[in-house]
Amino acid sequence: MTIKKTLFEKVWESHVVLQEQGAPAILNIDLHLVHEVTSPQAFDGLRARGLKVRRPDRTVATMDHSTPTTKTPLPMLEPMARTQLETLARNCEQFGIRLHAYGSETTGIVHVIGPERGLTRPGMTIVCGDSHTSTHGAFGALAFGIGTSEVEHVLASQCLLATRPKTFAINVEGKLRPGVTAKDIILAICGEIGVGGATGYVLEYRGSAIRSLDMAGRMTVCNMSIEAGARAGMIAPDEVTFEYLANTPEAPKGAAWDEAVARWKKLPTDEGASFDREITIDGSALAPMITFGTNPGMAIPIDAPVPGGAAYDKALAYMDVQAGKPLLGKKVDVVFVGSCTNSRMEDLRAAASVLQGRKVDSSVRMLVVPGSKKIQRDAEAEGLDRIFREAGAEWREPGCSMCIAMNGDEVPAGKVAVSTSNRNFEGRQGKGSRTFLASPLTAAASAVRGVVTDPRALLGDR
Amino acid sequence: MAHFDKLTSRVVPLLVDDIDTDQIIPARYLKVTSKDGLGPALFADWRAPGKPGAILDTDDAKGCAILLAGHNFGCGSSREHAPWALFGYGFRAVVASSFADIFKGNALKNSVLPVQVDAATLAKLHAVRAADPSLSITIDLASQKLVAPGVEASFPVDAFAKTCLLQGVDELGYLLSHLKEIEAHEQRP
Repeated sequence: MTIKKTLFEKVWESHVVLQEQGAPAILNIDLHLVHEVTSPQAFDGLRARGLKVRRPDRTVATMDHSTPTTKTPLPMLEPMARTQLETLARNCEQFGIRLHAYGSETTGIVHVIGPERGLTRPGMTIVCGDSHTSTHGAFGALAFGIGTSEVEHVLASQCLLATRPKTFAINVEGKLRPGVTAKDIILAICGEIGVGGATGYVLEYRGSAIRSLDMAGRMTVCNMSIEAGARAGMIAPDEVTFEYLANTPEAPKGAAWDEAVARWKKLPTDEGASFDREITIDGSALAPMITFGTNPGMAIPIDAPVPGGAAYDKALAYMDVQAGKPLLGKKVDVVFVGSCTNSRMEDLRAAASVLQGRKVDSSVRMLVVPGSKKIQRDAEAEGLDRIFREAGAEWREPGCSMCIAMNGDEVPAGKVAVSTSNRNFEGRQGKGSRTFLASPLTAAASAVRGVVTDPRALLGDR
Repeated sequence: MAHFDKLTSRVVPLLVDDIDTDQIIPARYLKVTSKDGLGPALFADWRAPGKPGAILDTDDAKGCAILLAGHNFGCGSSREHAPWALFGYGFRAVVASSFADIFKGNALKNSVLPVQVDAATLAKLHAVRAADPSLSITIDLASQKLVAPGVEASFPVDAFAKTCLLQGVDELGYLLSHLKEIEAHEQRP
């Protein structure tokens, strides 16, 4: 009898170079994505040791975190951001690494452009000095965030030392109700298992509700695996995956494509393979979700009362939220649609579907930040930018923007944002900022009403 | 990498669960290109009066090399700036009842030892510290033991990381010593 294996086990085992007694596994890396914030010290480390980048052909760099979302020329940036971008450009030139530079036609958020270009493929190992690298798991890749020391290790050796994680299946079954999206699925999962609930595990998202998602939705789900403590989350590749990749510029072509698809079809978890842990969520019972506190595990259905108790006192005080009442009707100052979680065409279309023919409330500042230059162009070709602008939202240049608030796009202290990003930590969107995480539909509906709004209230109007 | 074997120090208590790396070092301090000088950015937004990190600027905290935290320390972003900031402030160990994966790996690579003890031991350490601000804790990596008045606990450490810390060497040397195997692996069809 052959051994039944999970998707994770297949990818892991095919990438272990060596596993010595008393040492972690040496794991070979297929794709190393690099950005300006977590790489400069790693390149310095290489220089200090006189090392080269071993596989520049497997290394791709982009600028996304410190980049403004205005059309500001690089020399005009504030000095620290400018230095960081120039340092990455210099490092890429010195070490022969391809760079999707600030302002170029192929730039964008690292976790958006990898898939968009077809660099992200099933069965790969992918790392980046960024915890949302888990996004790429949507293609059946084993993808996870690493620290800067590990960035240096991968640059130097194209390998990492890694301890094998445990496996955790999350089955989401049933048909999602109108107004319920991939973002609501993952917020519900974070709420269910908690911000540290999957520490030490790699997640595999399974079930009919997951299978029914398009690639953008699958990326949204995998993106936030880290918010439940899992370094990686994976979804088995299928026809949806192959169709997406067939339309990307850098996926294999011709005979190489056929061969790749044949290989990828062997990746899904074998029938009867077992996981270390497994839970099932009824997708058909989900409502639009929103966070109320200061980590992504503090998530509730949008019409449910905010929970109370000592464990939440600090978070509720910071958020200025009362236990026992729903968030519906709470005043909103800023709405952000963007980030590696929700900045793809499908996300922008969802937000635009709510905003079309409506206005952003005059008390709200709304930013829409596409995930990449390509998405920006495609959205403009489709007229989405006009819908946003006519509604009174700001249509901006691509980047991480207000998700990490390093580039000047910030929520002012004490102000409240409904954000499609991934983290509601204290001060995440600017010192003193308060963040409610939600889907693009909920964000857009809240922008229109100026208060936290159940998107189903506006979808019903149409 | 700085070598680590045994540490005896007074402690800074910060009893908050799920401390994320955005609190350990807010994103606005990440626009640097060096690892050094990040101590002042440590818990930058929690160091105001009335906030949980205000203690970091008191005389009680001066010279302390051990941070006594809560559950799930270091969740969120992969920024290695978090252990760099802890190290920059002077911390060489964090005691908690659990750690987020990426933080734990990053800390071990920067000679900031993540010391995981059970919740009851952690609660006792916090209680002893609350009663006696001069409390001193000893952490011995070789024997994987934490000792304080009335408390003795062992803690887990990955064997390979332990060797690296005791010898003050990083992991890259090990990886580079296996380049032949790595090349052979990459040649496979």
